[in-house]
This record gives sequence, C-alpha cells and structure tokens, in this order.
Amino acid sequence: MSFQEKRAWVYAVIGLCVPVVYFAVIFVRAGGGDVTRTAYVVPMLVAIGGAVVLNIAAEVVAGIAAGREAGLKDERDRQIGRLGEYVGFYVMSVLALVPLGLAMGEAAHFWIAHTLYLAFVLAALASAVTKIVAYRRGL
Amino acid sequence: MAKPTKVTNSIRALRFASGEMTQAELAERIGVTRQTLIAIEQGRYSPSLEMAFRIARVFKVPLEEVFHYPDPEE
Repeated sequence: MSFQEKRAWVYAVIGLCVPVVYFAVIFVRAGGGDVTRTAYVVPMLVAIGGAVVLNIAAEVVAGIAAGREAGLKDERDRQIGRLGEYVGFYVMSVLALVPLGLAMGEAAHFWIAHTLYLAFVLAALASAVTKIVAYRRGL
Repeated sequence: MAKPTKVTNSIRALRFASGEMTQAELAERIGVTRQTLIAIEQGRYSPSLEMAFRIARVFKVPLEEVFHYPDPEE
C-alpha cells in the first residue's frame, strides 16, 4: 500500500470515528429531552479541532514509519487525489443546500450547525472512500 | 475485482528479458511508486503518454512493443 493510500485510509477512519463519538456525546447530553437545547458548541469545536489534530498526528507517524517513501507522489496519486477532491466538492455542494434551507426557514441553530457539520463529514468521507476505491480498483 | 483498462502491456515480460529487472528498480527509473508500477502492469492504470515513453526508453524498445491497444474490428 502506497503512502498516499495509507493517508486516504487514515482520513476515512478519523472522518468516521470522530463524528460517531461526537454524536454519541450529544445524544447522551440530550438525555431524551429537547435536543435543540443541548450545549453542542464546545463539543463540536473539539470534534472539528480534534479531527484536524488527529489527521496531522497520524500523518506524521505514518510519514516516519514510511521513511523515504513518504515524500513520493506520482501522477497516479495526483489523479486519484483530484478525483477524490472533485467527488468531495460535489457532495459538499449538494448537502450544503440543507443548512441553507434550514437557515431560510429560520430553523434552530442546532439543526443548521449539525446539518452543516454532517455535510463536512460526508464530503470528507466520500472523498476518502473515492480515493481508496480508485487505489484498489483502478482509475 | 480490478477494473481493467483496454490498454494492455508487456512490461512484465520486458522486465524479465532485461536481466530480471525488479518492479522497484523500474519504478525508481521512471520516477513512480512501486504501487503505481504494479497498477500499470496489472492494467489497473493507464499511464500518461510521457510515462509510457519513459518506460519504453528504459527497455530501449518502441512504445508499441510495451503498450497495446486492441483494434475495434478485431
């Protein structure tokens, strides 16, 4: 497995695990009551910041483990990277319409923030999964 | 299951004919990762024209001896 493919896997795993933990925390905090009254701002900022820090840390560790191979990126890596970003962009563009609609309908900030967060998460996951499939099955 | 491209190649045979050149050695000479060379060899990735020429140049053969594209009438 090339270093760039490992990066895509790390990105996918972190992109999946962090939101799962975040939504579990929110679910517990809501405790069956009105979910829109749940204090979500700090946990969401921690989830976003944590995912960024985890990605950087995982990349540094993978880079050290890979040694000389870490810096290698060829035309296939660049093509797969572009394809992944392209898919992620379209997923984000479509899903961003949901919080836009909610904002226009003057929905609770909770729902606007969470549909936007979910859009980020799903776009990142779609991008990472596209890259993994391209590495495994071919372009 | 690998998604095959229509382009086939003789890289594996050419490597063996060139003193059993390893995938790692060829990958280094054309400036790609070993995984990319494996993907090309297995028909999971069609390289750019420039890379195809680089591969042919390593084996000192014309491009047509390395890569083949089926005639639609065949």
